Amino acid sequence: MNTPERSVELDCRGMLCPLPVIELAKRHTEVPVGELVVVLADDVAARTDIPAWCRMRGQEFVGEDGPGRYVVRRLS
Amino acid sequence: MGIPTGYLDSASSEPLHPAARETLLAALERGYADPRRLHGRGRDARLLLDNARAVVAECLEVRPDEVAFTASGTDAVHRGLLGIRRGDGPVAYGAVEHSSVVHAARWAGPEPVVLPADRLGRVSVGDTDGASVVALQHANHEVGTVQHAPDVDVPLFVDACASMGRLPLPERWDALAGSAHKWGGPAGVGVLLLRKRTRWIDPFPEAGFPNVPGALAAAAALQAVVADRAEVNARQHALVDRIRVAAAAIPDVEVVGDPDDRLPHLVTFSCLYVDGEAIVTELDKRGYGVASGSACTASTLTPSHVLEAMGVLTHGNLRVSLTRDTTEAEVDGFLGVLPDVVRDLRAQVGL
Repeated sequence: MNTPERSVELDCRGMLCPLPVIELAKRHTEVPVGELVVVLADDVAARTDIPAWCRMRGQEFVGEDGPGRYVVRRLS
Repeated sequence: MGIPTGYLDSASSEPLHPAARETLLAALERGYADPRRLHGRGRDARLLLDNARAVVAECLEVRPDEVAFTASGTDAVHRGLLGIRRGDGPVAYGAVEHSSVVHAARWAGPEPVVLPADRLGRVSVGDTDGASVVALQHANHEVGTVQHAPDVDVPLFVDACASMGRLPLPERWDALAGSAHKWGGPAGVGVLLLRKRTRWIDPFPEAGFPNVPGALAAAAALQAVVADRAEVNARQHALVDRIRVAAAAIPDVEVVGDPDDRLPHLVTFSCLYVDGEAIVTELDKRGYGVASGSACTASTLTPSHVLEAMGVLTHGNLRVSLTRDTTEAEVDGFLGVLPDVVRDLRAQVGL
């Protein structure tokens, strides 16, 4: 997947849960509504917790477009 | 014997029931001999063991010759699940099964078939053709959701460790496992039910020396728990409802598991942005003992596979489970400190 220019990439590799989700919560507002945030995380819990965060916070989980590369669309 | 207040982890282990304690002490005096021996002391031990079997059978509404005691609930799962396989096909099991089922399924050889669960933890069994056995728990040990086994043309193993004594057994099973310390019996006693006419071959050739006093104490506790369960279940169900409502009222907390079709005594919820180990430690400091399925609280550093399979938040997870003596005041006390603990931990990470 090509990430549009206005996306932001959060490198959370080496962080343990819940730090990648905390980082996502704090920094997803750096992109305009409708744009993408990419989270790089090697903590196994991210695979479940990033989609769960999206569901709980009304954001869109676009998918995992590579191992440990989670794409989220800001909806609000 | 008083149970310290604030112990909210009966799903890991229920405090010993007073009925079990009395029976255990008496049986330790009388039940030390080998029940397989032909002498008087051996016959004494055999009598106690048969008595334990008869009581358990009556409590569970099965035949005495369908009841066996094992060294633990895990042991009952392993022997039951692996002993009723028909053919060499893989084991099919629900994605939210206890890890003892998952491990046994892997030992069986062929790559197991994992049956998916939905957001509430309900497993859809679907196509099981080719499987040598289907394992479907009665009720989930982490989230409480009750499963309903469909008609499958494959031997059915039911892990009832979380529900035995609390709920009547499900109708369908060929082998079924229970664990005494989950209902207030002593640890180190499992129950394995094998349905009459089920073909069962013990996967491990030796069972070891039988724990006669433990079996008798487990039976005594089961009898007491079954006698009281209508009243206890109703009280626990209402208290858990109260916890579910109060937890869900905290911002960004997800209460999981089936809200109605569930075990009476336990509830699980997850708090966004909260570290599982930190919240367990903070609650312990305030006198409340709860469990967590979060990765940081596990020896493996991996999150609960149950929560993963349901697709619910795994961090900041708490499992709260009531003992038979948990009072309304204890629950209110816990609910009184919980929102502040969550808020403080979030404040520490700037959220």
